[in-house]
Amino acid sequence: MPKALRRKPLGKRQLELVGKITTAACGAVVILLVFTIIFLVVSRGLRTFTVDGQSLWAFLSGTSWLPEGGGIGALPMIVGSFAVTLLSTLFTAPLAIGAGIFIVEISPRFGRRVLQPVIELLVGIPSVVYGLIGLLVIVPFMRDTFGGTGYGILSASLVLMVMILPTVASLSTDAISSVPDGYRLGAKSLGATRWQMIHRVVLRSALPGILTALVLGMARAFGEALAVQMIVGNSAVMPTSLLTPASTLTSILTMGMGNTVTGSLQNDVLWSLALVLLAMSLVFILIVHLIGSRNKTEAAQ
Amino acid sequence: MTAPSTPPTPDAEGDEVVSAAEGVVTTALTARARRSNTIATVILCVIASIICVILIGLIGYILYNGVGHLSWSFLTSIPQSFKAGGGIGPEIFNSLYLLVLTLLISVPIGLGASIYLCEYAPDNRMTAGIRTAIEVLSSLPSIVVGLFGMLLFVIQLGWGFSVISGALTLTVFNLPILVRVIEQALASVPSTQREAGLALGLTHWETMLHVTIPAALPGIVTSVILSAGRVFGEAAALIYTAGQSAPALDWSNWNLLSLSCPLNVMRPAETLAVHIWKISSEGIVPDGHAVANGTAALLIIVILAFNLLMRSLGAHLSKRLTAGGTTGREG
Repeated sequence: MPKALRRKPLGKRQLELVGKITTAACGAVVILLVFTIIFLVVSRGLRTFTVDGQSLWAFLSGTSWLPEGGGIGALPMIVGSFAVTLLSTLFTAPLAIGAGIFIVEISPRFGRRVLQPVIELLVGIPSVVYGLIGLLVIVPFMRDTFGGTGYGILSASLVLMVMILPTVASLSTDAISSVPDGYRLGAKSLGATRWQMIHRVVLRSALPGILTALVLGMARAFGEALAVQMIVGNSAVMPTSLLTPASTLTSILTMGMGNTVTGSLQNDVLWSLALVLLAMSLVFILIVHLIGSRNKTEAAQ
Repeated sequence: MTAPSTPPTPDAEGDEVVSAAEGVVTTALTARARRSNTIATVILCVIASIICVILIGLIGYILYNGVGHLSWSFLTSIPQSFKAGGGIGPEIFNSLYLLVLTLLISVPIGLGASIYLCEYAPDNRMTAGIRTAIEVLSSLPSIVVGLFGMLLFVIQLGWGFSVISGALTLTVFNLPILVRVIEQALASVPSTQREAGLALGLTHWETMLHVTIPAALPGIVTSVILSAGRVFGEAAALIYTAGQSAPALDWSNWNLLSLSCPLNVMRPAETLAVHIWKISSEGIVPDGHAVANGTAALLIIVILAFNLLMRSLGAHLSKRLTAGGTTGREG
């Protein structure tokens, strides 16, 4: 920067202005990006209903998907997506919250030195690697234990459980460690055991933070594409059991997008699936905000 | 986090309560509380060890199964579509090339946006808009980002499956995390340093350039490396933007328009992560599992290296930049 100054002397004020405008422009790029993404996905996703004249109800409640019956019913995928998301969150919650409690309350030394770095390493493992391990370990295990193909909602949920565990665990740890120490001392001075202190005081106080962690984990599970696609079986029928091949919004999108022609009904319906994904990720943000603002008003009272 | 000023740790205090109760008549209630306390502690320790076992199992499995497949010919030869013995040479280069391009595009924009948010950001709609935009971007599923990239770069701009489409899509994927962590790094610089700069008559911009950024540099470097690890392993955003094929590269060809020129940004470029997905979900290649395992092992090794690099570089930089200070902490 000093060189540029010598060559073309700018006044301090001008330089200040240039700096401010440049950085604001970078911010504007980010806003523009989001608008472009939302605009493109929404305009493409609505074509099914505006250009192709299909009804929204048929899309949301129909159960026959293109390859099977020529329908546009996306209900099997929507159910599949919610099933893997809820199941994986259910599996991961005790492990993640337990890890948070362990790190903060039980053994901070081992927790901070070993468990936390371990969790951070898990964050870095790419999702295709999780998918590969699921394909090579969990699918054969399920096949041998329960019979059938091994592909299905349960296998996908197990892989997603491991995938979202680090996210939920590290956010829960933050929530638990931000509980004021005065609360702990108060509980102790009333004669509470450590567990009484944890579950009656600490967990209750950290609840909004833990819920936020779980919702963010769900958002990640809902949007994960490749790892799920490799394991869920990709059969676009209404799931009747956790152990039979099913499909999710992301898995059908991943499979289908390359095989359809832009502008055809088949392609437009896939974009409608993407629109559902986009809408759900906005809903997850909204839930996080609701938890946060409710927490704030409660704290103010 | 134990109380900083009070000597007893939770462990010691918990035992105290228990031993005090022992002296008194142990009622059924305290006995139950003690029992559930013990059970809970055991369960929590079991959970902690389960997580460690999962990580060791995961990394151990990948390395155990994959490292044996890593050989010089595997790392340098071209992939095979229908027969065994394919390598991952072009994929390695593509992954690195895409990573470098992505960082070249996303780091300046991310740095600019986070400087704006941290240093200027007046309390107006623009600032609120940027924050909301970052939040929306970071929660978007990567497959949606990939489809957006496909629609805009591949189809509408007509760039086809290409390195540049992939790099721009990865930029969208990378920006939110980059802005977030760089802003944190900038915000953690003590405000007294800024005030000192301003008191010397520097403008806001000069203070930022000569005081804040150097002080935040360790944090900025670690966050860039952190995001690099994420970009390196991303696949869902790339399958429809950078494509799923890796043309053989000719290192003597420097015609930037030729399909075999390594630096040509308009050629399709399958990365390591996409390669793992493609061969293991298609199941056409006879030695697909072995190739996928080998590739996954390489991917994990590179990402672990990123992680170690991040830790050591962060510690090294902060030591060097604060060595002149009065605190003589060893790294």
